[in-house]
Amino acid sequence: MLIPYLWLAAFFLVPFLIVLKISLSHTLIAQPPYAPVLDLGAGWDALKSFFVALSFENYGFIASDRLYLASYLKSLEVGAGSTLLLLLIGFPLAYGMARAPRGWQPALFMMVVLPFWTSFLIRIYAWVNILQRDGLLNQVLLALRIVDEPPAWLATDTAVYIGIVYSYLPFMVLPIYATLEKMDDTLIEAAADLGCPRWKAFWLVTLPLSLPGVLAGALLCFIPIVGEFVIPDLLGSSQTTMIGQTLWTEFFANKDWPVASAVAVVLLCLLVAPILIYQQMQARGLETGR
Amino acid sequence: MMRKASWFNIASVALGLAFLYMPIVILVIYSFNASRLVTVWAGWSTRWYLELINDRAMLESAWVTLRIAVLSATVATVLGTLAAIALVRFGRFRGRLLFAGMIYAPLVMPEVITGLSLLLLFVAVDINRGFWTVSIAHTTLTMCFVTVVVQSRLLSFDRSLEEAAMNLGCPPWKTFLTITLPLIAPALVSGWMLAFTLSLDDLVIASFTTGPGATTLPIRIYSEIRLGVKPEINAVCTVVIAFVALGIVAASLLGKLQPLEHKRAARVPAAA
Repeated sequence: MLIPYLWLAAFFLVPFLIVLKISLSHTLIAQPPYAPVLDLGAGWDALKSFFVALSFENYGFIASDRLYLASYLKSLEVGAGSTLLLLLIGFPLAYGMARAPRGWQPALFMMVVLPFWTSFLIRIYAWVNILQRDGLLNQVLLALRIVDEPPAWLATDTAVYIGIVYSYLPFMVLPIYATLEKMDDTLIEAAADLGCPRWKAFWLVTLPLSLPGVLAGALLCFIPIVGEFVIPDLLGSSQTTMIGQTLWTEFFANKDWPVASAVAVVLLCLLVAPILIYQQMQARGLETGR
Repeated sequence: MMRKASWFNIASVALGLAFLYMPIVILVIYSFNASRLVTVWAGWSTRWYLELINDRAMLESAWVTLRIAVLSATVATVLGTLAAIALVRFGRFRGRLLFAGMIYAPLVMPEVITGLSLLLLFVAVDINRGFWTVSIAHTTLTMCFVTVVVQSRLLSFDRSLEEAAMNLGCPPWKTFLTITLPLIAPALVSGWMLAFTLSLDDLVIASFTTGPGATTLPIRIYSEIRLGVKPEINAVCTVVIAFVALGIVAASLLGKLQPLEHKRAARVPAAA
């Protein structure tokens, strides 16, 4: 039983400590491109000089350069905006599924889950096909004479939102569906018997009861979207990049590992509250046996 | 209560599903396009699939990706199952909170963070990057998904079956092998499938942790896509989709048999 524990400690926890350590080191043009600050082989003196040598220059650099601030804000904006969109599209879909005849529900459930099994990258690529300048969307729009000039879809925020909503829809629909499906129909009947109009019964009964599912879905989407790389990289513009792209460029193109690490640490700090709430819900949901 | 599906419900489900499937269907159709220009339809052809068979680099990537996926899904299923048993059966052991945290955090952690931190670990211990480092990275990520799947199964089955076996003098390890394991087997299968497809699919973590000689399929597809849309890529994607779809159909057919078995078993004593 100790093995999974040790595995996660070695490959999940320790790496974070290393990221933290490297984010506090100096950048070097070398291989690996940073100066190790802590060398435990050198004993106590090394530990002492380690604390003396800790430098916050990378964090200072991130704070002083507008590019990073803009990146973080952009990520949070896209995260919040697309979570809201997902909610607006996902809720009616989940509600429709939960209201469908019982016999259909397993099939509908399967159909929502199925695209989730096909590759994420491929699904984004499918949208590149559709959204390019002479792609299918513009062909349809031109044929229907909705537009005269083919508008550019790729490299816009609209494309990023489309890609995100498309990829994350199952993550929003499934938790909401799970709570709606468990809901007792007699509650709605009781409300109707007491003369409550249907929209009001929805507002006063169904919606509050579905809130745990809504919250779970929102967290399940918001957290990874903020750190998303593939979707903004393939569909978005290179003007204002999201923080995942910034980290990627910092690491792969600029080879500045300490700054990339500092970017990751700040991102993690931004997300730590939603991640903790999500963990709480996950633990409670699983351990009370739902 | 009579469940009636209003037009609004039907419309939202239909539109939602159309939105989910339309891009994939279009991609598959265009992979059979005879024209090199992806946007012009020039009749049906399997030309891009023939080119694909002759693309050695692509095939090599596919082979590496498959090996990594099988290896990491298998290890992840073993580790994930052990972790699930620890979480469900061992009560409030010391360090449980940290353990649960390490299980649930990777489920939502942005991949750039996980990828970067694993790479820095591999650099710190100075290990050659390639097949093994990607496999370790994928195992770490996917075992958490396996744990959640197995955990919910462990919570939902009837523990009195295990107790009965032990009361009759069955040793714990044998109880586990003959009672518990068969009961949670469907969860192990779906956990393995989930881990396998997650590994097959991953671009970001693999990009960080890979090295020479281990260019996985997503990494290769990604670098091609960056250069623009190509009909060969549509063909590769269609093959991957078909592969995964076949796997799921097979798994759900197996899964269909399972509940039927349970149903029959439940019915027999009632009839007697």
